[in-house]
Amino acid sequence: MKEQISGAEALMRSLLHEGVDILFGYPGGAIMPVYDALYDYRKELNHILVRHEQGAVHAAQGYARVSGKVGCAIVTSGPGATNTITGIADAMIDSTPMVVICGQVGTAMLGTDAFQEVDVVGITQPISKWSYQIRRAEDIAWAVSRAFYIARSGRPGPVVLDFAKNAQTEIFEYESKKVDFIRSYEPVPKMEQTAVEKAAKMINDSVTPFVLVGQGVELGDAREELRALLEKAQIPAGCTMLGLSALPSDHPLNMGMLGMHGNLGPNVMTNQCDLLIAVGMRFDDRVTGNLKTYAKQAKIIHFDIDPSEINKNVKVDLAVLGNCKETLAAVTELVDKTTHQHWIDSFKPYEEKEFNKVINKALNPTEGPLLMGEVVRKVSEAANNEAVLVTDVGQNQLFGCRYFKFSKGRSVVTSGGCGTMGFGLPAAIGATFGAPERTVCMFCGDGGLQMTIQELGTIMEQQAPVKIILLNNNYLGNVRQWQAMFFNHRYSFTPMTNPDYELIAKAYGIPVQTVVNREELDEAVRKMLATPGPYLLQCAVLEEDNVLPMTPPGANVDEMLLEVNS
Amino acid sequence: MAEQHNDCKSCGKCTSYEQEEGKTLYTMLIYSENTPGLLSQITAVFTRRQVNIESLNVCASSTPGVHKYTITCYCDEDMAQMLTKQIEKKIDVIQANYYTEDEVFILETSLVKISTPMMLENRDVSRIVRIHGAHIVEVNPTYATVEKTGITSDILSLYNSLNELGVVLQFVRSGRICITKSRVEHLDEFLNEREIRRAENCNTGISE
Ligand SMILES: Cc1ncc(C[n+]2csc(CCOP(=O)(O)OP(=O)(O)O)c2C)c(N)n1
Ligand SMILES: [Mg+2]
Repeated sequence: MKEQISGAEALMRSLLHEGVDILFGYPGGAIMPVYDALYDYRKELNHILVRHEQGAVHAAQGYARVSGKVGCAIVTSGPGATNTITGIADAMIDSTPMVVICGQVGTAMLGTDAFQEVDVVGITQPISKWSYQIRRAEDIAWAVSRAFYIARSGRPGPVVLDFAKNAQTEIFEYESKKVDFIRSYEPVPKMEQTAVEKAAKMINDSVTPFVLVGQGVELGDAREELRALLEKAQIPAGCTMLGLSALPSDHPLNMGMLGMHGNLGPNVMTNQCDLLIAVGMRFDDRVTGNLKTYAKQAKIIHFDIDPSEINKNVKVDLAVLGNCKETLAAVTELVDKTTHQHWIDSFKPYEEKEFNKVINKALNPTEGPLLMGEVVRKVSEAANNEAVLVTDVGQNQLFGCRYFKFSKGRSVVTSGGCGTMGFGLPAAIGATFGAPERTVCMFCGDGGLQMTIQELGTIMEQQAPVKIILLNNNYLGNVRQWQAMFFNHRYSFTPMTNPDYELIAKAYGIPVQTVVNREELDEAVRKMLATPGPYLLQCAVLEEDNVLPMTPPGANVDEMLLEVNS
Repeated sequence: MAEQHNDCKSCGKCTSYEQEEGKTLYTMLIYSENTPGLLSQITAVFTRRQVNIESLNVCASSTPGVHKYTITCYCDEDMAQMLTKQIEKKIDVIQANYYTEDEVFILETSLVKISTPMMLENRDVSRIVRIHGAHIVEVNPTYATVEKTGITSDILSLYNSLNELGVVLQFVRSGRICITKSRVEHLDEFLNEREIRRAENCNTGISE
C-alpha cells in the first residue's frame, strides 16, 4: 500500500502502526506540521496537552511504568526539547521505555544557530538508548519503528527522535515498516544452560541464600517465575525500591525493602547470607552502601538482561544472562524443594527490633502532629493495598515506599536512579492513563509539588483521577534531615515558605482538604478515595521528622542507624 | 628543537611509554555500523570512566558497511572489560573487544623531520636511520623527512636516538592499527550468527 502523504502524517501512521494511542505533548514552531496532522488523528491518538514539557516526559514515564507499554512524548525544538532532558535521563537510569519526538529546524538551517535550534541528538546521546535525527520523510517509518523496537526491547529505555521540519512537510510515498531486528543489537542475550545449571547447584548447595529483587522482574514480567523459585526453595528476598511490587508485600518470604532507608533485616542479612542472588537489579550505591564490605562473605549470582551490569559495581561469581522470566523458570526446574526455616526465622529479631524502634512509632503515634508514615499506611490500607503508588522525591518518597503495601505488580512509580523532584505529579497523570482501572495515589512534598505544580492544569483539563497526598512539612525535608544528621543542624535554605495549597487547588477546581489532627485522617482519606476524579489531600505533618532506619552514605550495608544521635 | 619530555606518555615526544602502576596497555577493537555520531558516543564512554585514550584510529573495515575503531588506553582488566561492554551496548556498535600487546599484530607509522645540515655534519644520523630500518622519504637543503613504520617501541627508539643528537625538528606518530592473532574471526562469526537470527525473525516482520 503506497500513498502520497506528508511526513507529519507519516508520523501519525507510523505511531498507530506501533500501537500508540496516547501522546503527552506540547506544540511549538518546529513541530507545527505534526500538530496540524494530529488534528485529523485526534480520535485515534489521544493527545494530552501538558503544561510544561518536563510534565510530558514524566507523564509518558508514569504511563509506561504502570502499563508496560512505551510512553510517547512530543515537543517542539529548542527549549521544548531541552525541557525534556530531565525526564530522558530519568527514564534512562530507571530503564523506562519511552519515545520522545522533538521538532527540529529544517536541515538547510542545521548548524547555523537558527531560531530554536539545539543540538538535541548531541545532548541526548549520552542519556538515551538511541537518539536519531530524521532528515528525510523516507526515513520516518523506519526510524519510528526502530525507535519503538529499541525502547521496548531488551533492557528498556528512552529513545529520542529529532524530527527536522522539512521532513515533516515533504510529500512522499509512504509505506509502513516494522523493525524487529537490528544486527548490531542483541536485546536479550542467549540463556546459557551451563549458567543455569551452575546457578541451581549454587542454590542447592547454599544454606543461607538470599534474593535481591529488582525492577528487572517487573520489566521482564517475571513475578510468577520469581515467586515460583522463592517458594520452591524457600528463599527469603528483599526488594529494591523500584522492585517493591514485584513481590507482594505480605508474601511470607518478602523480608522488605533494601537500601539506605530500607528495612533492617534484609540489609543486615545481605552481609550474613552465604549466597546472594540478584535478579534484575544493578547494585546501585543506595542499595549497597560501602562496596568494600558488601556481601564479602557470600557467593553472588547475578541474573540480568544487560551484560554491562555484570561486575560493574559488585564482582559476581556467576552471571545468568537473559530475560529473567526465562532464566528464573529454568533455574527453578533444577533447584531442590527445601526449607530454610532456621535461616528465614533469623530475620525475625531484626524485624522486631525495627518494629519497636522505628515502625511502631511511625505508624501508631498517639500524640503530636501527624506523621508521614501513618498517612501513607492509612491511604494504602484504605485502598485495599491495591493502589498504584506514585511518589515524588524526598522524605515523602522514602516513607511512601517504606509504608505503602503492594499486592499487584507494576504498582510503584518513583524516580529511583535520578531522584527527580517534580517527577510525581506528572508521572501520576500518566499512570492514570496507563492503568485507568486502578486507583493512583501520589505522595509528594511541599518542595517537589512546586517543581511541576503547573500540571494541576493538565489534571483539571483531563479530570485525571490523581489522588494527590501532599505531605507538607514546610521543609525540603530530606535535605533538612541530612543537615540535621551530618551538617550540625545548619538548615541552610531548607525551610520552605509555602503558598495556600487549598487556594491553589480551588483555582484549578480540584477538591481539596487539609488534615491537621489525627482524628480527622481516616475520614479524610475515605472521602478522598470516594470522590471521583482528582483530589488534593494536604496533611500537615511533623516538620522535623526523620526517615529511619538509615545507612549513612558510605557506611556498610549492615550498619543502619535506628535513631538519630542527638 | 624538540622540547624534552619525560613523563607524559601521550604527547608522542616522550622518551618511553611508562607503564602506570597496575595498568596495562590495552588495544580495543570496535566494529560498528557506519552511522554518524558513533565516534563521540564511543569516546564518551572512556571520558565517563576517566580513562585517557592513548591513540585512536577509525576507518572502514574489510567487511562492507562496517567501521573499525582501534583504540588504545591504559587501564586494568576490569576496566577494559567494563569499557568494551558499555561500548558494545550502544545500539549501532556490533562488537567491542580488548586485547593485550601479545594478542595482536601492531603497526604504527611515524615521520621525523630532521635538519639536513646537521645530518650531513653528523654521520651517526644516517647510521641510526639505517639500523632502525627507517627510510628517508624526502631531502632538501633545509630538512629531511624520515619515515618509520613498526611497533611503538621501535618508533620511539628511533626518535629518542635522533633526539639525543639534537637533529629533530618535528616528530609525528599515527594512531595504531592492528589485526588479531586469533585464528577465528570473531566479527564474521558474530555476523553470521546474527544473519541466522535475522532469518528466523523474517516471518514476523521486516528487519534491518
Ligand atoms: C530536581 C531536584 N532538585 C534537588 C533535589 C535534592 N533534594 C532531594 S530531596 C529534597 C527535598 C524535598 O523536599 P520536599 O519536596 O518538601 O519533600 P520532603 O523531603 O520534605 O518530603 C531535595 C531538595 C532533587 N532530588 N531533585
Ligand atoms: Mg517537604
